[in-house]
Amino acid sequence: MTPVDTLEANARPLPPTDVTVKDTPNDGGGAITVAWNPSPDDHKGGKVKGYSVFRAEYIDDQPGEFTLVGERPAGKDEYSNDDGNTADGIRYVYKVAALNRVTTETGEVREFVSESAVTLPVTSSPQWFHKRRVNVMVAVILLSFFIVYYIRQAKAGKKLFIRRIAGMEAVDEAVGRATEMGKKIFYISGLGDMDNMQTIASLTILGRVAELAAEYETYLDVPVCRSLVMVTGREVVKEAYSKAGRPDAFKPDQVHYLTDDQFGYAAAVDGMFVREKPATIFYMGQFYAESLILAETGNSIGAIQIAGTAMPAQLPFFVAACDYTLIGEELFAASSYLSKEPKLLGSLKGQDIGKGIILVALIIGVILESFGVWQLSNLFMVK
Amino acid sequence: MRREVPLLITAIVGITFVVSYFIPHFPFNRMDAWFADWFSIIAACAIVLGALNLIKLSAQKVLDRKEDWVYSLVIIFSFILITVIGFWEGRDYRDPGTAFDWLYNNMYNPLSATMFSILAFFVASASYRAFRARNFEATLLLIAAFLVMIGRVPVGDFFTSFMPEGYRFSDLANWIMDYPQTAGQRAIMIGIGLGVVSTSLRVILGIERAHIGSGE
Repeated sequence: MTPVDTLEANARPLPPTDVTVKDTPNDGGGAITVAWNPSPDDHKGGKVKGYSVFRAEYIDDQPGEFTLVGERPAGKDEYSNDDGNTADGIRYVYKVAALNRVTTETGEVREFVSESAVTLPVTSSPQWFHKRRVNVMVAVILLSFFIVYYIRQAKAGKKLFIRRIAGMEAVDEAVGRATEMGKKIFYISGLGDMDNMQTIASLTILGRVAELAAEYETYLDVPVCRSLVMVTGREVVKEAYSKAGRPDAFKPDQVHYLTDDQFGYAAAVDGMFVREKPATIFYMGQFYAESLILAETGNSIGAIQIAGTAMPAQLPFFVAACDYTLIGEELFAASSYLSKEPKLLGSLKGQDIGKGIILVALIIGVILESFGVWQLSNLFMVK
Repeated sequence: MRREVPLLITAIVGITFVVSYFIPHFPFNRMDAWFADWFSIIAACAIVLGALNLIKLSAQKVLDRKEDWVYSLVIIFSFILITVIGFWEGRDYRDPGTAFDWLYNNMYNPLSATMFSILAFFVASASYRAFRARNFEATLLLIAAFLVMIGRVPVGDFFTSFMPEGYRFSDLANWIMDYPQTAGQRAIMIGIGLGVVSTSLRVILGIERAHIGSGE
């Protein structure tokens, strides 16, 4: 044997085996999943550096020219073209090659490739249902059922018990304080835009605060950092003033735009706080690092502050710097709580039932999994 | 009609979004992108309203010589300057070496960094108030915070170097973060998830309609 033949005999890996192909499940089409048994030489210190996946169209029961479509490192046994570059309806065949690279004594890099057999033809197609999301669907249906059920109960006149939320109880007091002191109220709706559920919840609370402010004849200032929130916020405040019987007191410029920039907004609002020294400040919505900058400035001027956000990282800041904080779900519950409308309170009750179900599942799951009986947590995996 | 139409649009869009989560097939798998495009277009139009409102209020303040009107003058000047330079330099306005880029790096970035850096001082002052041992819960918080902070710096493990591995300050800090803290955080996240679903359902069903406004 020549030295080259010896090198080849030593360096060429065995090919991967049992290459199977299938239409990638639960996708919008355009993807095929290829799986294989790794080469027997694929182990630590073995002869496999990686795998190359080749594809060809299968026309007239013949494979066309194979082209390289993907690569995987050693140890992997699956490939899927998640970029969706296969055409649905076209038949494809695949082969997978194990690859080794060797640097010879002369410094030349040589590649040794061993190809698997060609697979059976496969076609990609889109699916009409994501089977791995059945659990989410069941949860949504269950929760929706409870919410709708309790809304109907509330409409029928059944009295529903809703636990007290201290932060919401304080809204009247906070607005009253501003009235007594003859100072402004500031309402900060956070950095979220109108596609954010926290902003929608915030604007609903704004409606209630604006109604109170209109009744008490206290000036409500709403500086916002999103132009769409400005437009929507104006409508909300305008309606609240009309509801309170004070449409004449509404001024469109009460809800005004500052900037989309996070710290520019924080600086502008801080400046307004320091110059105008409001008696009451509300922070409701989505906040990031600016939360403490705003809340500490508000605290330093002695304003009563009520905050609410569903951003877990900002909650400690608000708890530390504000008088009352609506924690997470309380922000979403606040609008229902403030309105006292049966329909909204009913939805709150349905939400609590959902929480109860999760609580029971958690307790059962902890017991089952602690004793290794059953992996209940798998039921709650979202893919 | 001005109230019913937005409610109808909200319901259709909301239901479509929910359905598209479970259907990967076209056109549902493209809905997300399409709605995002529409949102961007509407937001781009609305930004003009926002900018006009900002200029209007600032100009009024300057004209009426209200208190601190000079700040409003700075806003107007900065707004005009950055807009004019942005348009003047065309589509490559963000390339290195442009005047816009210079303003961004030498004016905007330092101002932004200044705002962010004062957060450190505010964290200190807020922590001072939050960690006072006023009652049992606050004392618990104080102890937990102390352990986490000392466990996050090398000196913590230096003090407990005589302890076996797994029982040092850093291990205690990790335990607090991995178990009690994660448990608390997850409880909040579950509540938030349910709250979002519940509010979304109220919006889709038209029960929650304050955000639509008066429609007059």
